[in-house]
Amino acid sequence: MNKLLLAGLSWQPWLGFALLLLTAPLILSSSLSHTLLCQIGIAIIICLSYNILLGQGGMLSFGHAIYPGIGSFVAIYALRQAASGAALPISLIPLAGGFAGLLLALPLAWVATRRSGTTFAMISLGVGELVWATALLFPQFFGGEGGVSGDRAVGAQSFGIGFGPQLVLYYLIALYTFVCTALMFAFTRTPLGRMLNAVRDNAQRAEFVGYDPRQVRYRAFLIAAFFAGIAGGLSALNFEIVTTEVFSGYRSAAYLLFTFLGGTAFFAGPIIGAIAMVLASVVLSGLTRAWLLYVGLVFVCMVMLAPGGIAALIAANLRVVRGGRCAPLIGLYGGLLLTSLLALAGAAALVEMVYHRQLDAALGSQLQFLGWALDTASAWSWWSAAALMITGAGLFEPLRRLFVQRWDLIQRAIQHDARDAQSDVRDGGVR
Amino acid sequence: MAAPQTPVVLELRDLRKSFGKTEIVRGVSLKAHAGERIAVIGPNGAGKSTLFNLVSGLCAPNSGVVELNGHRIEGKRPFEINRLGLSRSFQISNLFPRLSVFENLRCAVLWSMGYQYSFLRLLGGLTDANRRAAEVMAQIHLQRRRDVLAMDLAYAEQRALELGITIAGGAHAILLDEPTAGMNRLEARHFVELIKRVSAGKTLLVVEHDMHVVFDLADRIAVLVQGELLAFDAPDAVRANRAVQQAYLGSATASELIVRPRP
Repeated sequence: MNKLLLAGLSWQPWLGFALLLLTAPLILSSSLSHTLLCQIGIAIIICLSYNILLGQGGMLSFGHAIYPGIGSFVAIYALRQAASGAALPISLIPLAGGFAGLLLALPLAWVATRRSGTTFAMISLGVGELVWATALLFPQFFGGEGGVSGDRAVGAQSFGIGFGPQLVLYYLIALYTFVCTALMFAFTRTPLGRMLNAVRDNAQRAEFVGYDPRQVRYRAFLIAAFFAGIAGGLSALNFEIVTTEVFSGYRSAAYLLFTFLGGTAFFAGPIIGAIAMVLASVVLSGLTRAWLLYVGLVFVCMVMLAPGGIAALIAANLRVVRGGRCAPLIGLYGGLLLTSLLALAGAAALVEMVYHRQLDAALGSQLQFLGWALDTASAWSWWSAAALMITGAGLFEPLRRLFVQRWDLIQRAIQHDARDAQSDVRDGGVR
Repeated sequence: MAAPQTPVVLELRDLRKSFGKTEIVRGVSLKAHAGERIAVIGPNGAGKSTLFNLVSGLCAPNSGVVELNGHRIEGKRPFEINRLGLSRSFQISNLFPRLSVFENLRCAVLWSMGYQYSFLRLLGGLTDANRRAAEVMAQIHLQRRRDVLAMDLAYAEQRALELGITIAGGAHAILLDEPTAGMNRLEARHFVELIKRVSAGKTLLVVEHDMHVVFDLADRIAVLVQGELLAFDAPDAVRANRAVQQAYLGSATASELIVRPRP
C-alpha cells in the first residue's frame, strides 16, 4: 500500500496525467464530452480536497459542499464585477473562490475540529445545514431559487484569452486541476500532512510527541476548504449561474459517497470517485430516472464487498498480477462479470418497470430497456426479468465463494513469497 | 545512597489525585535528578500509572505541584509538557498503526526539530529529521522492518517501536510505563540493555513489575503503596526497609525478590 503511494513520487504518472488532461478534449470532441470533462476536472479537485479530511485525517464530514458553494458565490460576484468593468482577470477568479472557502472555514472548522469521530461528523452535518438554511434566508445575496448568474465571455481578457468557448474554459479548468492535484499530493508529504495521518491513527500519541491534534486537524481543514473553494470558483465559471443548491446536503453526501467509492486510502482514489460522480450524475441521470437508486445500490454493494473502494480493488489486483498469480483468477473474473451483468440486467429491468408504472403510466404500459421490449401490464415481462435476476444472482454467489477462496490462497502465497524474499535478504546480510 | 549531586529535573510536591471519592494518589513528593534512573514499584492499584498520567499531562492533579526544569507543568496538556522536554511510553503499545516504522519515528521527531505544523517543506528534504529517525530505527533494531506498518509488527517489535517513539524526540526526562510487560525473561533482559543504551544521560522514571528489571536498571527506587510514597532510596536500602517488606507480604514472589533480587 505504502509502496504504491511512494510510486507517485516518480514523474511518469504526472506526465501521464498532464497528457491525459491535454488530449482528453481532442479525443472526446463532442460538446457533451467537453461539458463532462470540465465537470470532471472540478469534481477531481473537490473529491481530493474532501479526502484530505476523510482519508488523510479521519474526519468524516457531512457538510463539505459549503466550501465549494461559498467559492462559487464569491466567484460569480467577482465575475459580475469583471463584466461591469473591474480589472479582474477571469483566470484568477477561482482563486477568489479559494480564499472564500478558506475564510468560511476559519471559524467553522475551528468549531468542528475540536474532536474527531462522531462529534466531528455531527458538527459538520449541523454546520452544513446551517449554512444552507442561512443562504435561503438571504435571497438578496444568494439569489433565492433563481440563483445568481454571470457571463464569463464579457469583461477584461487576461493575456488576450477570452473564456467564452467551452474548450478554452476546459483548458483553464485542466490547468487548475493539474496544479491543485499536484499541490494536494505534495501536501501529503509535508510535516503537517504526515502528522494529519498520525492524528487520524492515534490522536493521543500525537499529543505525546508534541502536536496539538486540534491544530493539526484545523490547519488541514483550512487547506481542504481552500482547494474546495477553488473548485467552486471554477464551477461558477463553468455554469455561469450559482444557486443555493450548491450548499445542499445532497452535494455533501455525493462528495462523501463518491470519494469513498473511489477509495480513501489512496491518493488517486478520489480522482476515480470524481469521474464516477460526474458520469453518474450527468450521463446515468440522463439515461434513467432511477439513477440515484442505482448509485445507492452500487454504494451498498461496494461497502459490503470492497470497503476499500475502487482504488483498493485495483491495487490488490495489481499486486496479484505482479506476483504472477493472476492466471487462476481470469476465468473466474469472466464468470463473475457475466453473472453479475445478468443479475444486474434483470434487476434493472424490474426497477425500470416499477418506475415506468409509477411515474410514466400515462405513456402506456410499453417500455424499451436495452432494446428489450417490456410491458408492465404483462406478467411475462415481470417474471422473465425476475428470473433473469435470480438466475444471475444464483450463479454469481457460488462463483463469488470460489473466488474468495482462491483469492485468500493467492494472498497467502504472495505474503509467503514476500517473507521468503525478506529472509533471503536477512541471511545474505548476516553471512 | 543519597540523591545525586546533579540538578533536579523533575520535582513532584504533594501531588494528589482523586477519581470520584477514591483518592488514588495521596500527596506524593519526590525529586528526580539529571541523569538518574528511578524505578517506581508498588502493588497493583498503588497509583503508579496514575502518577505517570499526572506528570505527563494525560490527566490533571487535584492539587500539588509538578515542576520540570523549574517550569510548573501540572495541569498542562500533554503536547505542552512534551515540548518542555518530557516524553513517555505506554504500557499497552500506543503507536500510529497505519504508518510504517520509519514514519512512526519521523512523526516522533518532527516537532522537536522545529518543523511544527509546516506544510511548505517536503518530508524528503528534512535531512536532520530523516537522519534522526533512521538513527533511532537502528538503535531499536528495526531497520529491516522500515516500511512495515506498525500494526503488522510482532509484539516485541511494537514494544521496541514504542520505546523508539518515546526517546526519538530527544526529551531529557523520560517516563516508561512497564516497558517489558509481556516479555519473557530473556527478552526483558535484552530490552533493559536497550533502554539503558537509548536513555544514557537522561532522567528516567520506570514503572515496572519485574524485580529483575528494577534492580538491574534503577539508581533509586520509589515504592508506592496505596497512593503514598512508602520509601524512596537506593535499591539496597529499599530492600532492607521493614515497611517495604511488610507492604509486600502476601505477594510472595515480589517479597522474595525484594530480599534476594538476583537468582
